[in-house]
Amino acid sequence: MATIEQFRTCPTTGLKVHLAAENLIKANAVVAVVFLAVGGLFGLMVALTRWPAVHLLPADWFYLALTAHGLDVLLVWIIFFEVAILYFASAVLLNCRLAAPRVAWVAFALMLIGAVLANITVLQGQSSVMFTSYVPMPAAPNFYLSLIIFAVGALIACFVFFGTLVIAKEEKTYQGSIPLVTFGAMTAAIIAVFTLAAGAIILVPTWLWSIGYISDIDPLTYKLVWWAMGHSSQQINVSAHVAVWYAIAAIVLGAKPISEKVSRSAFLLYILFLQLASAHHLLAEPGISSEWKIFNTSYMMYLAVLGSMIHGLTVPGAIEAAQRRRGLTNGIFEWLRKAPWGNPAFAGMFLSLVMFGFLGGITGVVLGTEQLNLLMHNTLYVPGHFHGTVVAGTTLAFMSVTYLVIPLIFRRDLVLKKVAQIQPYLFGIGAGGISLFMMGAGTLGVARRHWDIGFADAVLRFEYPEVAILMLGLNGICAVLASLGGISYVVVVVGSVLFGKKMGESKLAAPVAPVTSTAGVVGEYGNAGTLKLPGTIVLVSVFMMAFILYYVVNWKYLSEIWPLR
Amino acid sequence: MAIAPPSERIWWREPIARIELIWIVIGFSWGLVMFFTMVFWHSVGEQNLSNEAYKTTPEKFQAKVTEMVEQYTVRDEAGIPVVRPPAGSDVYMLGRLWQWYPLLELEKNQSYRLHLASMDYQHGFSLQPVNLNISVHPGYDMVMTITPTDSGEFTIVCNEFCGIGHHLMIGKIFVVE
Amino acid sequence: MSHSEPRQDGGEDERVPFMQRLLDNPFLLLFIGVTVPTVFYIIWGVMEIAQIPIAP
Repeated sequence: MATIEQFRTCPTTGLKVHLAAENLIKANAVVAVVFLAVGGLFGLMVALTRWPAVHLLPADWFYLALTAHGLDVLLVWIIFFEVAILYFASAVLLNCRLAAPRVAWVAFALMLIGAVLANITVLQGQSSVMFTSYVPMPAAPNFYLSLIIFAVGALIACFVFFGTLVIAKEEKTYQGSIPLVTFGAMTAAIIAVFTLAAGAIILVPTWLWSIGYISDIDPLTYKLVWWAMGHSSQQINVSAHVAVWYAIAAIVLGAKPISEKVSRSAFLLYILFLQLASAHHLLAEPGISSEWKIFNTSYMMYLAVLGSMIHGLTVPGAIEAAQRRRGLTNGIFEWLRKAPWGNPAFAGMFLSLVMFGFLGGITGVVLGTEQLNLLMHNTLYVPGHFHGTVVAGTTLAFMSVTYLVIPLIFRRDLVLKKVAQIQPYLFGIGAGGISLFMMGAGTLGVARRHWDIGFADAVLRFEYPEVAILMLGLNGICAVLASLGGISYVVVVVGSVLFGKKMGESKLAAPVAPVTSTAGVVGEYGNAGTLKLPGTIVLVSVFMMAFILYYVVNWKYLSEIWPLR
Repeated sequence: MAIAPPSERIWWREPIARIELIWIVIGFSWGLVMFFTMVFWHSVGEQNLSNEAYKTTPEKFQAKVTEMVEQYTVRDEAGIPVVRPPAGSDVYMLGRLWQWYPLLELEKNQSYRLHLASMDYQHGFSLQPVNLNISVHPGYDMVMTITPTDSGEFTIVCNEFCGIGHHLMIGKIFVVE
Repeated sequence: MSHSEPRQDGGEDERVPFMQRLLDNPFLLLFIGVTVPTVFYIIWGVMEIAQIPIAP
């Protein structure tokens, strides 16, 4: 049983913090940032190689760096950080002790061993098979083994989270239902269980195949099950970063969800349907029926897209309502103009919200339309799309919340505040540009995962349009910008954790709304007193028009290509 | 606040704000439009990926390719045969490390049953500048009916990573009047 | 579902609506969230692949 000594009370928020949970949050977050730095460096080298004027790496190193980039940022950085979020959203937000801290440390150790082994194996050079590692292209057995070890560790961490929910309920550490942010984290954990289980189902036989115990694995089945992991792992991100949006809006501005019912139902739509979108990767595959493709690729009639659209309204809506309650009621956009743009947590969160919707969201739906996929399948459009979701969306949101975690959990003041202030803009603009220009090049047909689009050594000749080359150059410049943003982030985080002023009992420099479990029992809805949200209406209307326009334009493109049946 | 439990014990009975309700209706309707657009395109659109496919083996598929090459080769380009099969016939193209084989010469506005399969790893059939992209698997023969509507030289780039020579893998389709 | 009983401290006996009880039950949601994609995506998908005929 936990004793009182195992807790401290946060002087800023009044929340009781379990020290074992706090240490685990720190450990997972720190390792996450280290792998972000490593993976980001590989990413920069990839972008500079694809910039034809620079063409940095030789072919073998390019494919190696691309494999390592995918692993380190798509899997390791994101999942380590998500585990930190899961522990924060359960133990800290529920005022509860973390279930089985020792088991959580075992999970941490397994994930770390898996991540390090994966990097070593890739760097040895026999496993440049890309993150997707499609069979029958072989990687070294340790490549698959390291991913299995990592997945098992992450799965254990998810169950520590569920265990903590059980303890909090039994020990009545909170009243009523869990907070919305915890509910969002739980959505992420549920999707993570499916994701990691699917990963184990496919990677264990593949590992056995690589050491010779199984003679052969069907490539189509591999691809189907692998994407139940590969795509769903990005759906963990979506759920987690939406939870982070709500958390930042609440902590920085005291924003309250417009309605608990609607926001939670939107998360329920994620739980039910978001994972079906793994089918996005199988739309150009042989022999799978259109019924399966249409049903799954549309998340059953776009119900999970509806979930995202709801969050896209309720998050800015909650912010607008909070700001208007504060008296920023002039015109349509005073609440937004006078938002705390100098606070990196808010600035990053809002940029993440906008870019996830416009760059990642709309393009994801277009790319995931059965027939439109023919125009873009495996072109640079695909990484362009997911750099909009995972980099400009998730990574930027996670960076933003770090600026709150450092004072709240590490109890350190931020160092280099000026650098921290411009960091979200630098990284956001860089990531947005990467996404946009890769999609531009992909629209012109440029292949993804391709070392030389000049085809200098090929037997036959081919040239992509000049504009595509320009796009790749702009992509390289944006990658440099994003890297500067990434370096600033790592410097601020590491500097603050090591050298930041200890906060002790002192007050936070940044304004943080007080949070105790009894706060807000006044019984008001998030929009009480401010039923009109004209700014949010304008924002979502612009989004809707952009969505419809872009969708229709792509059908027009499709109708002009060679007939195919 | 989103980081504290809901203030109402029974929050499910909260009224939904009008703005949310309208947005949900718009989002749901737009979802239906997008869903049924995909369904309708199968009957009214001309660009749909066929679901016709067969399990095969590299040897079986290679035999069909060889037979076609022996029968219909008209010339060669950089040492690779260019094949001109009759309009409407079955046309075979294989992907292997690191080549699309053979090259094809097709007639404009004629339809062909194009078979695609890989001999080794997965490859990506990316027809440029038409920008038509299809996955090619080992062990599966995928059949689709294509109708070139422009004449000229078209290139097939491989857009699925297939090893160190991936960026060398180019094929051609020549469309003649 | 023991937790569905009205809480003492709430001071209200009003029964918690079904949807709220569902959303307050992590393990039921976990079950649904794993079952739906397993059935519609994985199982249906593997059946599709298994049904591809052998080339003549």
